[in-house]
Amino acid sequence: MDKVVQIKDIKQQFGDKTVLDNISMDIEKGEILGLLGPSGAGKTTLIKILTGQLKPTCGTAAVFGKDSSALTGEDYSRIGMMMDNFGLYDRMSCYDNLLFFAKLYGIPKQRITEALKRVGLLEAKKTAASNLSKGMRSRLLLARVLMAEPQILFLDEPTSGLDPATTEEIHKVILGEKQKGVTIFLTTHNMVEAEKLCDHIALLNDGKIVEYGEPKELCRRYNHQKRILVHLYNGMDVELEQDRESMDLLTQYWEQEAIETIHSTEPNLETVFMELTGRKFE
Amino acid sequence: MKHILAVLWKQIKDTFKNKEILIQFVMFPVLTLIMENVVEMEGMPEQFFTNLFGVMFIGMAPLTSMASIISEEKEKNTLRALMMSNVKPVEYLVGVGFYNWYICMLGACVIGFAGGHTGAAFGKFIFIMGIGILVSILIGAAIGTWSKTQMMATSLTVPVMLVFSFMPMLSMFSEGIEKVARITYSQQIHSLIYQLDVIDSVAEPAAVIVVNMVLAIILFIYAYRRSGLE
Repeated sequence: MDKVVQIKDIKQQFGDKTVLDNISMDIEKGEILGLLGPSGAGKTTLIKILTGQLKPTCGTAAVFGKDSSALTGEDYSRIGMMMDNFGLYDRMSCYDNLLFFAKLYGIPKQRITEALKRVGLLEAKKTAASNLSKGMRSRLLLARVLMAEPQILFLDEPTSGLDPATTEEIHKVILGEKQKGVTIFLTTHNMVEAEKLCDHIALLNDGKIVEYGEPKELCRRYNHQKRILVHLYNGMDVELEQDRESMDLLTQYWEQEAIETIHSTEPNLETVFMELTGRKFE
Repeated sequence: MKHILAVLWKQIKDTFKNKEILIQFVMFPVLTLIMENVVEMEGMPEQFFTNLFGVMFIGMAPLTSMASIISEEKEKNTLRALMMSNVKPVEYLVGVGFYNWYICMLGACVIGFAGGHTGAAFGKFIFIMGIGILVSILIGAAIGTWSKTQMMATSLTVPVMLVFSFMPMLSMFSEGIEKVARITYSQQIHSLIYQLDVIDSVAEPAAVIVVNMVLAIILFIYAYRRSGLE
């Protein structure tokens, strides 16, 4: 597999404060990598380094095999960035916002309509950006990025503060891009989003990657309890070990058709993070 | 060139929706048209309002609009998005600068027309106005680049704008002020357009304007190195 992003021993310091500490990882073509961590963990700083907005104190970051601080205009035309701090032209309509960037990228106008359609903003195309809700603004930012048909997407907290319906729509668009072979680097502090979208996850805390892997595999790795929780129709909750005796009891419940719900007790990403760092996502 | 034209398109599109900027562009040309046609006073020099408002227009419109546009883009992080879309700082500045210059030149044409200038006099008037507008654009670019927010840009623009736009008017009433004002480009522009038909010497005005322009460029470079365009 092609490595689209390569990060090696990245360290970033602002004065005395170490924001990123020896970060290393690779992202392969067509993969969604989620950088998961609480606010202030260093997620946006890493995106800034990868997109050439910030030069790391030490270490190397390469995108398309090229040092990120030496990315050229041609490279940027293959990179899409949806950063929380990238603004819109408030007085201009959704369509004109995209038309301006279409002119900059030199892409045909029909892609504007396509992009607006994909993010569900076609009906609001004449609406001024200042009159859009937060969710609609996020979708317009995403449309601006998608319109250029990038090969790699950097999405910084793409659904932060959005309602569930908008979040779901954005997730669909992200997964659609993945199906097209786009490589996606996503930062989030939403563990459900990370589990749903990402092929690999890196848990970032205080500038360090404390764990890396596939979301489900990560959860399994920290499944120390290995217990089974059974809720019976008679209202009783039963917690079972994973052993021969439990199997007999479970068989008995099954035969009696007494089981209403049954769950294993592997942790979710949040509990894994808590176990590793002693803190919650914020 | 593609990027410059795109920035230019964006500015033109935005002009009619940005009332604060639109007022700056329209106010003095309209005022000149009205005052030159309505007010008649005995002993009042010819084209009094044309010359006065012309210089005030130079000192206000290009300076405030340039500073406002750049600082707004910085504050709202649209400039960062542009830079990450491969727009080079020079392309952005040329696009916004040319837009400002062009719109202000249209305003200057209206002011010249309102003053009754024709033929060569009109050409000279427009040429002198064009140079003054260019210096103001450079100062506005320096202020906009220096400022992180629109509020900060406004705080810096207002005193600078007042000095350059009102000094020529005040110098008509005070020799002391006139002596100080002579070192400003706006005063020299005022002197030049006041004696449009019989410009006796351009050496001093040209020297002052060039020095002002060089200082504005130095100021801009310093602001750019300090704050950049993001």
